[in-house]
Amino acid sequence: MYFRKLTDLRIYVKGYEPPVLIGDVLYIHTEEAKAKRVISKLYNIGGKPVIDLYYKCILSEQQGIENHMLAALQYSIKSYSNVFADYGNFHVLKLREIEKKMRRERHRMTAFVRFKHGRDSLYYSIIEPDFDVIPLIIDHFEGRYADQKWLIYDAKRKYGIYYDLNQTVFMYPTPGNQSSGTVDISLFEPEEELYQQLWKTYFKSTNISERKNLKLHLQHVPRRYWKYLVEKETGIHG
Amino acid sequence: MNFDRIKQKLSVLSDAAKYDVSCSSSGSKRANKNKGLGDTNGMGICHTYTEDGRCVSLLKILLTNVCIYDCAYCVSRKSNDVKREAFTVKEVVDLTINFYRRNYIEGLFLSSGIFKNADYTMERLVRIAKKLRTEEKFNGYIHLKTIPGCSNELMHEAGLYADRVSVNIELPTESGLKLLAPDKKREDMIKPMQYVKNTLLQVKDERKVIKSTPKFVPAGQSTQMIIGATPETDRQIILTANHFYTNMNLKRVYYSGYVPVLADSRLPATTMQVPMLRENRLYQADWLMRFYGFKADEILEAEHPDLDTEIDPKLAWALRNMDQFPVDVNKADLHMILRVPGIGLHSARKIVAARKFNKLNAEQLKKLGIALNRAKYFLHWPGIYQSKDYTSNSIRAMILQDSHSKYHRMNNPQLQLF
Repeated sequence: MYFRKLTDLRIYVKGYEPPVLIGDVLYIHTEEAKAKRVISKLYNIGGKPVIDLYYKCILSEQQGIENHMLAALQYSIKSYSNVFADYGNFHVLKLREIEKKMRRERHRMTAFVRFKHGRDSLYYSIIEPDFDVIPLIIDHFEGRYADQKWLIYDAKRKYGIYYDLNQTVFMYPTPGNQSSGTVDISLFEPEEELYQQLWKTYFKSTNISERKNLKLHLQHVPRRYWKYLVEKETGIHG
Repeated sequence: MNFDRIKQKLSVLSDAAKYDVSCSSSGSKRANKNKGLGDTNGMGICHTYTEDGRCVSLLKILLTNVCIYDCAYCVSRKSNDVKREAFTVKEVVDLTINFYRRNYIEGLFLSSGIFKNADYTMERLVRIAKKLRTEEKFNGYIHLKTIPGCSNELMHEAGLYADRVSVNIELPTESGLKLLAPDKKREDMIKPMQYVKNTLLQVKDERKVIKSTPKFVPAGQSTQMIIGATPETDRQIILTANHFYTNMNLKRVYYSGYVPVLADSRLPATTMQVPMLRENRLYQADWLMRFYGFKADEILEAEHPDLDTEIDPKLAWALRNMDQFPVDVNKADLHMILRVPGIGLHSARKIVAARKFNKLNAEQLKKLGIALNRAKYFLHWPGIYQSKDYTSNSIRAMILQDSHSKYHRMNNPQLQLF
């Protein structure tokens, strides 16, 4: 952008542009060399925390976030300083709000992933997070479950991560093999069903019914996450 | 593995453990070594929440609910006719590992009724923790209850394997304890707590010299007291909590609203409602002491020994100390900004960070998440609002009128008709 010395610039993700009354629409293709320059500029401004901030914003899929990212960067360049603690600035605040949402969703996923023990000793889980947080949870699960093979699949975005005891790779289902979100239980290890029942038993017993507070409960575990939580599954075993 | 028996035991022994409300799984950083199982990330994760809103992050169970004591408030007391069960060491280890592998839990919270004697019971608990760490290469979170009266040697071993240990003082005062749990002595609880406190200080010093000093209770100690089973005032409770924070270096004190489970002449009636509001206010007071720099004496003075039910303790303090306001957010210390009702810990820090760039106005403050409806009476806004025009009683009335507090209905009986 500085290369072309453009002024009143707005960024739109291709396919989401609104009709333009005044001005030109320029289609910019991603060029790796130029992208590297932007990243190194961000790094010079504020180091890894700022890179992380921008990375989270990109993953957030929020419409219009690119404009705030650009405006905040421009602000920073103009004032020759790290402005990303200036919560008084509208754009910085917007980036920080998105970062907070991403952090929370990432934390939720580290909490709500529920592995099922399948054939060939694979522990697998299906999730549908609000934002694309899979890249943000790789480190956590790699560090924790270092001695078991596991797989986490995002059913909304149709891709997942697989750890084979050595490294984690991204995986995409082959066309014609899309997961429908339901699973054939004959694929489980025999004990799997038993441990799920034990977990449900525990969940029920640890509840103090004299303090029932559904509003608080939903605040912490919104209904949209119930689909993949074992303790929320109601079946013949209850 | 006899699944039905395990299910039965789990049902009884997790039900009995639920009144110990400590839920924390934070405060310890254990890295996964040599492809072992698990780690703790220092932050803690709540994997799910009960229907009453409590966080579930650990497998919280009693090893057994057999007990030689007869404490009036406890559902497992020896004179109560309940099903008695006991896990084996192997069963607890298996359950923990299998739940952990499925990401249901951060780790284990193990307590027990006392069978035979304190040391016999404690030795079993320590054995489970040791097995998890040394045989199963488990690096997840382990919280072990300290059995009152156990030996220092056992306490030391427990500390080598657990992340947190805790002993419940049960009642806020010794007289309360004597009344409801005459079998238990306060000094039996304090002795192991003191031992752990001293060892922690020692280990801290040692680590400065020898980096590879083994970990000892990295997440510190906590305790719990029951609120509402005995007639102590809020001030007594807060002062007790303060004593444990400052003199015993405890990380957390938990306040558990009494859930009437048994009829007893020494206890309040079984029809009594769980004192949720009071418990909430106590946690608010606790937060003021730990995060907002308040002293126990500032929150509650001798003349007013109970917390206000209508308003939170921070607002109550501000209304009693109007001479400290108004506060100019663009100039005041962080310490004073934290005392403004409606400004929380995170917002206060953001203000201090943001004002280095530009002065902040009301619009920006609102965007930061400050409750301006409340804070405005205490902030310096030349031209917009003058606090000197109002008395603290009228400010209180105006805030309450505006309030959407969940307790508002509780304090206004006439609304209950709808």
